[in-house]
Amino acid sequence: MLTIATGNKAVAAAVKEVKPDVVAAYPITPQTEIVEQIAEYVTSGELDSRYIPVESEHSAMAACIGASVTGARSFTATSSHGLFYMHEMVNWAAGGRLPIVMANVNRALGPGWNVWAEHTDSLQERDTGWLQVYVSTVQEAYDATLMAFRIAEHHDVLLPVMINLDGFTLSHIMQSLETVDPGDFVPPINLPHAIDTARPRGYGTLTGPNDYFRFRWDMERSMRDSVAVIRETEDEFARRFGRRYGFTENYRCEDADVVVVSMGTLGKEAEVAVDQLRREGMKAGSMRLRWLRPFPDLDLSGRDVVVIDRDYSFGFGGVLAQSLKAKCGVDPFSVIAGLGGQEVTYDDIASFVRDRRIGEEHWFGVSD
Amino acid sequence: MYEIRIHSRGGQGGVTAARLLALAAFRDGKHATACPFYGAERRGAPVVSFVRIDDHPIRVYSQIRSPDLVVVLDSSVMETVDVLQGLKEDGTVLINATHGTDVGGYRTYSIDLTGIALRENLVVAGSPILNTPVLGALAKMGIVSVESVTSAISEMFSDERNVKAARAAFQELVI
Repeated sequence: MLTIATGNKAVAAAVKEVKPDVVAAYPITPQTEIVEQIAEYVTSGELDSRYIPVESEHSAMAACIGASVTGARSFTATSSHGLFYMHEMVNWAAGGRLPIVMANVNRALGPGWNVWAEHTDSLQERDTGWLQVYVSTVQEAYDATLMAFRIAEHHDVLLPVMINLDGFTLSHIMQSLETVDPGDFVPPINLPHAIDTARPRGYGTLTGPNDYFRFRWDMERSMRDSVAVIRETEDEFARRFGRRYGFTENYRCEDADVVVVSMGTLGKEAEVAVDQLRREGMKAGSMRLRWLRPFPDLDLSGRDVVVIDRDYSFGFGGVLAQSLKAKCGVDPFSVIAGLGGQEVTYDDIASFVRDRRIGEEHWFGVSD
Repeated sequence: MYEIRIHSRGGQGGVTAARLLALAAFRDGKHATACPFYGAERRGAPVVSFVRIDDHPIRVYSQIRSPDLVVVLDSSVMETVDVLQGLKEDGTVLINATHGTDVGGYRTYSIDLTGIALRENLVVAGSPILNTPVLGALAKMGIVSVESVTSAISEMFSDERNVKAARAAFQELVI
């Protein structure tokens, strides 16, 4: 069905289709609309889920973990400070190999108190063992949420998935949305290590170094295997529903001499900048990174790279810029922009490309 | 791409007007986005929201700087806010006012949306609702079709008076 919705409502609509057994959540701006909408679905009977209104985000993730370990499909949503409040449990979910799906509406961190878009929140969780995808449109928020459950619950993965959408810029914007009947696209959950009283096992018990180390290696093997599962899921999604996604969204990159790399809504704004630069005769392209974990192999050799980080690792650099240096061997022009919801227009992005200083870092609007 | 900036006060329904307009444009077969600018909003404070309408998918998320049309739901915001900021040279103004006022030399349409809301008894918590009548005026201006306005309002509101108010505004606006 074709309708119009906000990014938040699109996530909730996809969750309704996938019918999680348990939704546990605590409201936080700018995510609140997701869990409010899901609560309405549950109240109206449109969604037959156990909705647990908990007293904190730590408890939200703990409740999802408890539900998931019994083999139930579980979902939560959060943002920024809420994500950090559940940080301990975020690690526990991945280590417990629990295919929980969470929407994180990207928001800056206080102080100063700020509710607008920034990616530092989810990027600080990048080493927890969660898969992370970043979306750029209302439709993509819906589609990625549907796919997240299938990917997380696949037996080659069994790791939680975090869907990230820009606070307000995407969470509160209205765009067209085509909802689908997923049918058996997301098969019933079947957790191989679910609690079974007929087969008693230990969960969360003290684990010695040898076993612990093997568990960690197993997590990394599954993270590597998830690359194929993501590809297969996105291919199947394209076959069934006609919309194709990948690890990156590449726009006019084929013959590009300079490529803008970014995540989230900035990646769409960058496409408009690319069109503008092409009209000026510059061979520019845009590569929007969708999957941050697992981090894909990117071919950026032989061209200038301008990377926009809506995040920062103090004393080190932009997380994307540093990732590209380490994984792709490029020395980019690193632009730090959009922190705390700073307005970044396609004109601004075009000027980053025109005035690029390869190998340097530039804080948009505050450093020269 | 046609870009619209809506000025109102918190609680008057400017954000809902933007959403309704995007939905109506979408029902016309266009691409549309509606984005509220969220700041430190509170009832009565000046707020802006944005609508973009295009034949192609819209990839711009930044705020509108050079609108084609400025809609002023509450003319008192003009005392503190420069509603004409960035308006294109051939841009248009639609203003909620009891009588015609030419604003800054721009082509200006005036309509008494407050009067229409009061006449239709569209009042919530003591404030007349302006977001559905303004859609009728926008339809008269040709921004969206009147059929799509009716269907958009019916999709979002069950109260018939909203559609009636939009129809009244469509009738009343002199082009």
